[in-house]
Amino acid sequence: MDEAEVQDLVARHQEQNGRVTAILEELQQRCRYLPEQALRLVAGELGLPLAQLYGVATFYATFSLEPKGEHLISVCHGTACHIKGARRLTERLERELQIKPGHTTHDGQYTLQSVHCLGCCSLAPVVSVDSHAYGRLKPEAIPEVLTTVQGGEGQ
Amino acid sequence: MSVTDTLLESLRRQGMLTLYPDRVKIAVGRATCGLAAGSDRVYRYLKEESSRRKLDVLVASTGCLGWCQQETLVTVQVPGQPRLVYSRADEALAGQILDGVSEGVLPEVRLLGRIYADENLLSGQRIFLTGEPESDPVLDKVPFYAPQLKIVTRNCGYIDPGSIAEYVARGGYLALWKALQMQPSGIIDDITSSGLRGRGGGGYPTGRKWQLTRQQPADIKYIICNADEGDPGAYMDRSVLEGDPHTVLEGMIIGGYAVGAPSGIIYVRSEYPLAVAQLQEAIRQANEVGILGKNIFGSGFSFQLEVVKGQGAFVCGEETALIAAIEGKTGEPRPRPPYPSEVGLWGKPTCINNVETWANVPPIIMRGSAWFAGIGTESSKGTKVFSLVGDVRNNGLVEMPMGATLRQIVAGAGGGAGRFALKAVQTGGPSGGCIPANLMDLPVDYESLAGAGSIMGSGGMVAMDERTCMVDVARFFISFTQEESCGKCTACREGTWQMLHIINRIVEGKAVMEELEVLEKLALVVKDTSLCGLGQSAPTPVLSTLRYFRDEYGSHIRDRFCPAGVCKGLFRLVIDQDTCTGCGRCVEACPAEAVRTSRSEADQGLTTKYLIDQERCIQCRSCRDVCAYRAIRVVPREVAADADRH
Repeated sequence: MDEAEVQDLVARHQEQNGRVTAILEELQQRCRYLPEQALRLVAGELGLPLAQLYGVATFYATFSLEPKGEHLISVCHGTACHIKGARRLTERLERELQIKPGHTTHDGQYTLQSVHCLGCCSLAPVVSVDSHAYGRLKPEAIPEVLTTVQGGEGQ
Repeated sequence: MSVTDTLLESLRRQGMLTLYPDRVKIAVGRATCGLAAGSDRVYRYLKEESSRRKLDVLVASTGCLGWCQQETLVTVQVPGQPRLVYSRADEALAGQILDGVSEGVLPEVRLLGRIYADENLLSGQRIFLTGEPESDPVLDKVPFYAPQLKIVTRNCGYIDPGSIAEYVARGGYLALWKALQMQPSGIIDDITSSGLRGRGGGGYPTGRKWQLTRQQPADIKYIICNADEGDPGAYMDRSVLEGDPHTVLEGMIIGGYAVGAPSGIIYVRSEYPLAVAQLQEAIRQANEVGILGKNIFGSGFSFQLEVVKGQGAFVCGEETALIAAIEGKTGEPRPRPPYPSEVGLWGKPTCINNVETWANVPPIIMRGSAWFAGIGTESSKGTKVFSLVGDVRNNGLVEMPMGATLRQIVAGAGGGAGRFALKAVQTGGPSGGCIPANLMDLPVDYESLAGAGSIMGSGGMVAMDERTCMVDVARFFISFTQEESCGKCTACREGTWQMLHIINRIVEGKAVMEELEVLEKLALVVKDTSLCGLGQSAPTPVLSTLRYFRDEYGSHIRDRFCPAGVCKGLFRLVIDQDTCTGCGRCVEACPAEAVRTSRSEADQGLTTKYLIDQERCIQCRSCRDVCAYRAIRVVPREVAADADRH
């Protein structure tokens, strides 16, 4: 992201409330991470110390200092999902994708992460892919979900 | 105020046209739980297919009727007939429904129940769908709905959350209109005498909070809605935001007028994208008709609202951390006092309540504080929405009067545990505890739950059957709080880490009995010396399981045995030869090909029975979950070894 784009981004978030996180959220969405250079530019534009932005960037789960994959797979590990077998879903995904939670596949396609609660507890266990939730999921159904995502349908 | 009358009246009329159209209406539940169950496909199918068939049908969206497990829920309303509620709808059922519409006979399959009349809670009026004044408003004879009293969730699943007109048609914004003609102090008196307490966890009296904010001299004050619903296992706030966002807006505008704040913020977690979208649309609509903005209803009172998204930090549910997050800082709590009602957002007096609390405000203003105070117990008034999930037949959101017993909730609305016996009910999320099944007659109110070593919290209620290991549950929660601890206080940051370390040793069968005392002592230190609610309550799951399930800890440590069959390596699965019927379901379920026929029986030409090959078994318990005869037993490792020798 160049300087003009950052200026434009900051200018579009004039509201004082929640401004910092809103800017970083958009940055994260566009770049799939928070590049150091862009963070420096944002800090300059906002007149805030870079340390504060770094603190925010590393405190909240949404933000990442490393690029995330094109598809974000979140396995819900809320209480209901936990007792309904979320661990088995994570294990299956680890096998299918050959990565551990918190990591991204080499081809940059998928990031696997564990999240604490997606709020679909009655459909536990739940996995969400790019904010589409799959409920009552069985480990056997994981390959099919991945195929669907690859197909770009997202449903 | 005649302008207002006209505005609300015209919105009401407009809403009635889509709530009760003079043609067939089919509404699809499109909250997150519905979407996860595939309701968008059903919705699109109904839209396209009804227009292809040239049927005069209104296909509408609605929120969640609460019985999320039965999603996709579809309601069909033919003028003059009761509204039919269908469960687990898919395209095939949608096709049958459309067939039924054209033929005049609707299908009976997957029919959950019929609604004969709608209750307008705010006006007390009933709208009869069939012209029979005696008909029952609830989904009669459905045990899930029968014991419920819907105040907060009154509109969820009934209205299109994207329509301000339908909200007004159900009595919405009349409370605001009424409130703006009252003195602010009169509103606060009403809220105080209603006995409403914060629904987010703390249970602080709402009226007192408003009063404290009101009496602060300041040039500007803020109203905040805490919609950072982070407790795993609780999602009632999401459902309200997605199904009835205007009720939260209305509560907040009334709150703003009462405490003298011209602007408000809804802090909603970004994990709830649909809730964010519904709120933004609701705010846009309210601004458009003049219910938000300058000089609302000609009263001279102006109020603006905005949405700020939380970026994933459980601790931001704590009010001072939430304020720090809105200010663009890391979400670390700070010591109180001063409370946010004195020094809040940007240093100004701020009144923070959670979603469910705000949603209770319009009904209290409309129906009066005495009405509200007449519901519930001596110290806990009104209703509470619980997300009843886990090992219970009926999963979903249930709204019950305070003081209902655990049995009424879990066995009544929830239909009880399934094939396996109920072991405990976990309430209050990571800050709460596990209440054993023998305390099922405990009334659910703030004090009773606290007395039993748990908390009301935000209303998460997870039923756990005998297949759940309570040490594993404690480990789950402590690992959650350990990860979510902001790191500010040593006791919480290091204490939860140490507690997790000990519990990990226990579930791995490496601990000694003395560690149990260390664990308990540590839990009390963390509880006593942490700054905020997260740290103070983080040990609750550990303390409550130690209180009620100490034997289970002992069994893990002394016998290296997990009786529930959860902790890997601390148990074996065997098939009870007397109970096994040889049905073979376990063979199909086993991913490791570890189930084989019991040779000796086969040799003698008797019924084939099955055995588990301990060499191959990965202890995944798939066989136990499918066995209809409960023939799969969890035994200590030595017992399995003995069984193999026989």
